[in-house]
Amino acid sequence: MTLQEKLETAFAAGLGLPDTTDFASLEYRKIPEWDSVAHMQLVMEIENTFDIMLPTEDVLGLSSFPIALDIVARHVSADA
Amino acid sequence: MSALMLEGRVALVTGSTRGIGWAIAEVFAAHGATVVLHGRDAAGAVTDRAAELTARHGREMLALAGDLSDPAAVRALFPPIFKQFRRLDVLVNNAGILVDGLLGMISDADATRTLNVNTLAPILATQEAARMMSRRNAGSIINVSSIIGRVGNEGQAVYAASKAAVLGLTYAAAKELAPRGIRVNAIAPGFIETEMVRQLPPAKYAERLQGVKMGRMGTAADVANTALFLASDLSSYVTGQVIGVDGGMLV
Repeated sequence: MTLQEKLETAFAAGLGLPDTTDFASLEYRKIPEWDSVAHMQLVMEIENTFDIMLPTEDVLGLSSFPIALDIVARHVSADA
Repeated sequence: MSALMLEGRVALVTGSTRGIGWAIAEVFAAHGATVVLHGRDAAGAVTDRAAELTARHGREMLALAGDLSDPAAVRALFPPIFKQFRRLDVLVNNAGILVDGLLGMISDADATRTLNVNTLAPILATQEAARMMSRRNAGSIINVSSIIGRVGNEGQAVYAASKAAVLGLTYAAAKELAPRGIRVNAIAPGFIETEMVRQLPPAKYAERLQGVKMGRMGTAADVANTALFLASDLSSYVTGQVIGVDGGMLV
């Protein structure tokens, strides 16, 4: 499974979205499922999925799927 | 329940090189916890204390340093814990400073530093700890406030404000984190035998002692045992509470 596919799985689980979602277009607070409460659940799913701990600035900056992909890629490569 | 109430758990105690923090670290370690000790300075005390508990209990304790008046230093405590243990079960926000000052004589610098260490650091640490604890849907956060934060004291307006704010943090965080299985409570020590108290003039000491219904000063161990209760499953249905460890000063 690619990093993007794993992240899509985390988004689906964290935000309660179907697998058929257009993940690339997701933005924070642009859909009812991704509010501030769900955001913390999403962060937890991402951290668990990739076994990383995101710094607060990344938690606050994680505002879309593409940005999340960049953030995760950075942390995964840093830990490798 | 195991006789060792914190067996297998990882606990961070800020300000744990001496006094109440050290007593908490000792009792947590004696009850099976792996303790992450914290001190302000990188060299010396905190490393020695961690080595002491490691030798005593045969478990590798972790020593972390940082001046908690700096928010970045607070956040920097958590990645090493994640890296080494992948979990955090207990956070004790104990580190604190006291700078006396009558109203009209409080410097901006003293006020800012006191609020940063006593109030902002616990807020930031709670935020970081809650994220790690959420992964297991369990955890206990213990804020060490003070009787001064409940009733105030002359010459300690900033300290009182900083410790009262910790109670507000406790109530809000308890509500917010309860659905994630994380409990948040506070301890409000009263007249506790510490280095600072031992330096009080005899008349002041006697006056303070007169206000204690139990007729004796509290010890760091009195506070530590309350922290053990709040950290362990003995208090599994207790959250959003402030426990006075004050020998009846507020009765």
